[in-house]
Amino acid sequence: MAEAHGRRPVSVRSVNCPNCGAATAVRTFGHAVNVVCQSCGSILDAANPGVTILQRFTEAVREEPLIPLGTRGKLLDIECEVVGFQVRQIVVDGVAYRWREYLLFNPYREFRYLTEYAGHWNVVSTISALPDGGPTPDESTRSYGEREYRHFQTADATTTFVLGEFPWQVRVGDTTTGSDYVAPPFMLSAEVDADKEVTWSLGRYVRGDEIWSSLSLSGAPPDPIGVFANQPSPFGDAPRAMWRTASRLAALAALLWIVHLASARGTQAFAQAYTFEPNAAAETSLVTPVFELDGRPTAVEIETTTSLDNQWMFVGYALVNDETGQAFEVGRDVSYYRGYEDGESWTEGSPSDTVELPSVPRGRYFLRIETEGERTAVPVRYRVRVVRDVSSSLRFLVALVLIAIPPILASWRAAMFEGRRWQESDHG
Amino acid sequence: MTSRAASCPNCGAPLVYRWSSSVQTVCEYCHSIVVRTDVDVKKVGQVADLPDDASPIQLSTEGRYGDKGFVVAGRIIYQYEQGGWNEWRIVLDGGADGWLSDAQNAFAVSFLTSGLKIPTQAQAALGRRFVWNDTPFTVVSRTLAHYAGVEGELPFEYWDKTDVTFVDLRSAGADFATIDYSDEAPALYIGKAVDFDTLRLRNVRTFEGW
Repeated sequence: MAEAHGRRPVSVRSVNCPNCGAATAVRTFGHAVNVVCQSCGSILDAANPGVTILQRFTEAVREEPLIPLGTRGKLLDIECEVVGFQVRQIVVDGVAYRWREYLLFNPYREFRYLTEYAGHWNVVSTISALPDGGPTPDESTRSYGEREYRHFQTADATTTFVLGEFPWQVRVGDTTTGSDYVAPPFMLSAEVDADKEVTWSLGRYVRGDEIWSSLSLSGAPPDPIGVFANQPSPFGDAPRAMWRTASRLAALAALLWIVHLASARGTQAFAQAYTFEPNAAAETSLVTPVFELDGRPTAVEIETTTSLDNQWMFVGYALVNDETGQAFEVGRDVSYYRGYEDGESWTEGSPSDTVELPSVPRGRYFLRIETEGERTAVPVRYRVRVVRDVSSSLRFLVALVLIAIPPILASWRAAMFEGRRWQESDHG
Repeated sequence: MTSRAASCPNCGAPLVYRWSSSVQTVCEYCHSIVVRTDVDVKKVGQVADLPDDASPIQLSTEGRYGDKGFVVAGRIIYQYEQGGWNEWRIVLDGGADGWLSDAQNAFAVSFLTSGLKIPTQAQAALGRRFVWNDTPFTVVSRTLAHYAGVEGELPFEYWDKTDVTFVDLRSAGADFATIDYSDEAPALYIGKAVDFDTLRLRNVRTFEGW
């Protein structure tokens, strides 16, 4: 009865290999179906009290697990012991890719796997609810829990090496078809064993250093190489967060821009028409009467409207504070050409020009105007107009561009990472 | 609960049927399989030593399923080419029978159904879908297995070691179903996949070093 046989702990036993005679400890109690002799590598039938050899070890190269069998620790909050080890491989375009699987045991829990490929680790558990999607694994997207999983790869996986013990039959040469779907840091996998079984499991990406500290392993884990299917992006949600910040800043800049446009008075401070006669003197200079620029320091716009026609002139302005002598200087080339060629009319340049001087303090100012042109040219009539407190959009546009640069760079780098991830998939 | 006493027809040891729905039990002394014909009992077979197994569950383990408590009354051990699993017969509060299946510590509780349409073995191919009680199920495994041992009290009389087909089905919501094709009329069991924590088991086995 239960009371009679259940009170004492289930005890650990060992088996002796009929091939080489060495003793191998059985760590999973009665779960063990196969035990691999740790000395000669023969696969033994653990369930048979006499122990028979099911498959002799033939591989020339013996693979050494990075994590020794018998290692114990907590992985993802569940205590476990490493009891089995197998190497499996897929062949894609004639290239064999091998990964390692460590079988994790806890006497009260389902078996789990710890997998490793090129320094990338996953803790894998079978799942009891089926992901949404077709009845058999295909390339369609699957949903499970709250996440959507995109198909990554489907390939036939063959066992090439085994060590330790397993609660089900394993042989070198066993082949199943595996399909992986990813939603980093998770990976859904379906393993199809011919027409007998479909097993769905969920893997979670765990960094090598976390495994090493969880299992108290000595040394350091191998450095990960490349980007793994469900490796979380090191950029994570950063691009999204940066876009959020950038859009807030852009909204603020746009608001300030609107306030600026609405509040800019654009009042005329001075206007006067002049004539420039280049045939008289190629360079002339004149000084305007003094005018008032009031209010807070705002932008000043100098507008030049000319009668130029197939001709150019240079206008140099110096806006000089009559009281302090402080000068804002700016030079403008104004040119306007037009013609008719190959049945089409064309124009180049413009007869008028506008230039802006940012943040000019209040005060009494005059303009010193210097003009320059070709001696052969015809006289030019031009009008100079000074507008105080104009709206100035340039700095807002510059601000918007500057705001957008960091998130664009972050998104670009994140996209490069995703590109490297998917390059390894069936869809790369 | 009605406990009935009888003697093992093989060795004379006392037998107790703890559960009124039990039909078969195994004598704990001589391992005879004893079938109740209500007052008299007769021996129909004998089990060899049970296969070495490491289920954390044992006879008289108690646990919970939904809002009901249960106690483990018996079990059937199945073996197939890849390994084995246990079907623990559980008796719930109120006396209902159920099965707690344990395949390498992957647990599911299911109950015999009646009146539902059951596909034939050929129809129940891997990946096929069937709807029972508005829940769509998908066939996830087909297993050829045989009895490898029995223990405790069972609600039916059965002791045949030929291979029979079991078809397991799952849903997107952790529903679980098994079709047992061992009888001419297949039997459909429906329930839920459950994990160790939600079963809240008491009186489980202990393991050296754990």
